Order: sequence, then C-alpha cells, then structure tokens
Amino acid sequence: MPTVTSGAATDMRGRPFAGVLLRELRGYLITPVAWLFSVIFLVFAGSFTFYLGAFFERAQADLDPFFRFHPWLYLVLVPALAMRLWAEERRSGTLELLMTLPIRPWQAVLAKFLAAWIYIGCALILTFPMWLTVNYLGQPDNGVILAGYTGSFLMAGAFLAISECLSVLTRSQVIAFILALAVCLLFLLAGDPLVQQPLLALGSRRVADALSDLSLLAHFQAIARGVLDFADVAYFVLTIVFWLAANAVVLEVRRGG
Amino acid sequence: MIETEHLGKRYGRIDAVADLSLKVAPGQVLALLGPNGAGKTTTMRMIAGFLVPGSGRACVCGHDVVRDPMRARRSLGYLPEGAPSYGELSVAEFLAFAARVRGVTGIAGNRRLDEMIERLQLQPVLAQSIETLSKGYRRRVCLAQAMLHDPPALILDEPTDGLDPNQQREVHALIRGMARDRAIIVSTHALDEVRAACNRVAILAHGRLRAQGTPSELEQQSRYHRAVSFRAPASALARELLGRLPEVDAVEVDPVDGRITVFPRDGHEIFGSVVKLLEEQHVRVDELQLERGRLDDVFRSVTGDAIDTRRAA
Repeated sequence: MPTVTSGAATDMRGRPFAGVLLRELRGYLITPVAWLFSVIFLVFAGSFTFYLGAFFERAQADLDPFFRFHPWLYLVLVPALAMRLWAEERRSGTLELLMTLPIRPWQAVLAKFLAAWIYIGCALILTFPMWLTVNYLGQPDNGVILAGYTGSFLMAGAFLAISECLSVLTRSQVIAFILALAVCLLFLLAGDPLVQQPLLALGSRRVADALSDLSLLAHFQAIARGVLDFADVAYFVLTIVFWLAANAVVLEVRRGG
Repeated sequence: MIETEHLGKRYGRIDAVADLSLKVAPGQVLALLGPNGAGKTTTMRMIAGFLVPGSGRACVCGHDVVRDPMRARRSLGYLPEGAPSYGELSVAEFLAFAARVRGVTGIAGNRRLDEMIERLQLQPVLAQSIETLSKGYRRRVCLAQAMLHDPPALILDEPTDGLDPNQQREVHALIRGMARDRAIIVSTHALDEVRAACNRVAILAHGRLRAQGTPSELEQQSRYHRAVSFRAPASALARELLGRLPEVDAVEVDPVDGRITVFPRDGHEIFGSVVKLLEEQHVRVDELQLERGRLDDVFRSVTGDAIDTRRAA
C-alpha cells in the first residue's frame, strides 16, 4: 500500500484537456507565426474582396466576393498555421513529455485542434468591418452572410484537421506544410476537371463520382449561397472527425515503433 | 513500486532491450548504468508509456503501463532524455501547464509548486521564456515538472547532465530526500552519482541486464575490492617483494600519478601483510588505503565483452 503522502498522487485527476488547450492558446498569443497568420489573412481577405472580387463594381449588397476567396486563403494559411502542431513537438522532444502525461491521445489531438480553430475563428471575427460595410451601403441578407461565415469556419476546420493529422507524420515542418497543402488542394478540387479527368481517363467512373462528392469547394459554395443544408454541414463535421480520429490513431500506432 | 517482467523491445533485427526484469521498491533508488545504446532510455520510455513494450510487461505502482496507462502515468514522474520543455513558454507558464494537467491545484497545489520552485532555485527565471535559459536551468525546470505532483514513482533520464557540481549536489539531495517512500530509477553516466544518490545499481549492455545489486555488492566484484594502494617513491625493491607474497595477485603502478596498487589473490585479506612488509623494508608510504572496489572497473568488465562481440559481428 502506498503511504498517504505519495498515494495522493495516484488519485489526483488533473484537467489534461484544459491544460493542453490553454497552453496551445497561450502559444498563439506569444508566437509570431500566429500573428502573421491573422494579419495576412485580414489583409488578403480584404484586398481580394475589393480588387479581385470587384466588391464596389458589382453594386450588390452581399459578401459573395469576400467569401469566394476564403478557400484559397485557407489553402495556404491553414497548413502554415497547423504544420507545427505535432512536427514541432516531435522535433523538440516535447512529444515524449506530452505522451507520458496522463493525457489520452484523442484529448491531445482535440485540444490542439480546438485551440487552433478558436484562433482562426478569432481572425474570422475580426473581418467584421466587411459586414458593417455592406450593411452601411445597402440592405444585405444577413442570414446569407451568417451562413457564409459558418461555411468559412467549417471549411477552415476541415483544412485544419487534415493539416494537423499530416503534421504528426513528420518532424519536419516544411514536409508537413507541403503534404497538407497537397491534400487540402486535392479535397478542394475533388469535383474539378483537374482531378476528375485523370480519374475518368483511368476508367474509374465510380471513384471519380465518389471523390466529386467529397469536394470541399462544392460543399462550401452550397453553404455560402445561404442554404445551411444538413448534408453540407454533416460533410464538414464528418471530415473533421475522420481526420482527427486518424490523427489519434497515428499517434497511438507511433508509440509501438 | 516500479516493476518490469521480461521486458523487451526489438528494432528490426536488433534487440534494444531484451528480457529485462527489474524491481524497484519504495525507498530504493536504482541507478541504471550502461554504455550509450545499451537500452537505458528505451527501457525508461517503455515504463513511462512513451513506447509500447514489444514483449513482457511493466508496472508502475501495480498499474500495467499498457492496460491501465492513465493510472500508471498518474503515479509516475518522468524526466525524459534531454529534458524537453515548451521553449516559447515562461517557466511559470510551463509549470502551471504541468500542474493543471497533473491536478496539482488549489492551495495545496500552489504550496507544492512554490516548494519545487524554491528547492530547484527557479525564482530568478520564473518570468523568463524557457528557450532563453541555460542548459542547467532547463533541466531543473523539467525536473520540477517531474516531481510536481509528488509521485510515488520517479524515472529520471540523466537528471544531472549539464548541471554544475553545486547544482548536481542539490539534485542528489533532492533525490535522496524523495527516496524515503518512493521508487526511483535514475540513468546516468556519472558513476560518482551512484554513491551520492542511489542505493541500487543495474548495469545494462546490449539491452540485457549484466549486473545488479547494491553499490557495495558491485564494488566487491571489482578486482580493486580489498586491494591496498599507497604512494611511495623509491620502492622498487618493496614492490618486488610484495609481488612475491603468496596472497598477492599483482602489483601495479599508475603511470600518471605513480600510485601503487597491490591486488589480492581471490578474496584474500592482504592489508596486514602488506603493511608489515612495508614496515620491515622501512619504506616511507603516503596515503595508504584499503580499496573498497571501483564501480568503473566493474562497469568496464561487465560491459567490455559486449563491445568486443559487437566488433566481431
């Protein structure tokens, strides 16, 4: 039997999930990468809307030209934000510290994901001047705008889950970034001829159709049009859950190696 | 209590650890010794739950590290090799993170945190980010993390690597102080650390246990055990005569400091006869000493053949 003083530790239940979540969030506040992410996101989201999206010239009170470029911004920025999530822990050896604390792998995976998603959400909220602008200039359908924000946030989550999972495969952040970028692009363009035609040429109509249903862009555009369809939301949620689960599995399998 | 039974881990065709059975009871501090690549870190990683054992099993305070990993980890404090920590955080933030995860909270938790900060002398750097700290400070920060929750079992992979002698002594005192009712495993390359902080020794080579026992037991296996050493300039004749004593195995002169060591034939008591002979010959001796045995000598002899077989293979 352990003595009273030392036995106390055995029953002590910490809050590992909250611990990792808060530490990650703190990391975003003190590392330059995160600030760079939000500044670049805000600057580009704004300038794309006005220059490429012809916000004024269209003379329509909506945020379609604003949301249209989000997938492409996320495509580069989310893998850049997420590449360090596990690769950095592996390189610096803190993974050993983290995985020997009383934390279950899925808790660590989810806590890291949520912290990053909250951070991206904050950057998204900071685009509120766009919303104020259209409301000042006209009478937009705020329901459609809300749907656009929801779709944008969900898509960022999907990219994030993909990027986090790929980050666990390597200790090199650059490799994690490139892998994540490639896989995110594949999912983004899954319905596009760029991905479809090679598959059709190989004669796999079924694979092509199945992949086309997985197109992130199609689901995002459906939501951004203002229709919060259950299937589209479920698609994003399932994508996130799948990649997070894969992440936890990889983390667990790696302990065997 | 830390226990391993036939613990093993293979990487390809190489046994990193094989058939390792150890038992560390509360009150015991086990020094895990061995050349680089002997399997010390792999063993510790398996007990700590970072690596899954390839074969056999490991328990911390009765909790199997594979079947009941959370309980096993809650009972264990672990200092990984290289003392990793989150460099961008300040010392206070890092310790607060560990405390939250470990459930060291509330008034008692804060008191414990203050105690660890005090004992490891971390006050001057609390607000500093860890990546700006010296190697010694970083190691102490990670040590604080390992001991924070006052665990009944502790595993420390090279706890004093990179510390200056004063800090080393403080860490030794800390380990001895915690040893009273805890099971502790310490890996080290510094053999003087064994005497300073440990009461058990296990020597690994090629993932296998080569020797284990108390430091005194191991020292007795050394050829220096009960040898007599002294300094004596101009004693060539005496050396010659000593070599002829029936219970003396050999007489060696250290080429560096000139110290003479007389080795006994297996188990013989030679101190009396050596002193008598030196007196008869009127040899003036300095620093006459009965040797306890040397750990480095045992270490070399039990791990040495391992190196030879590797060369042959």
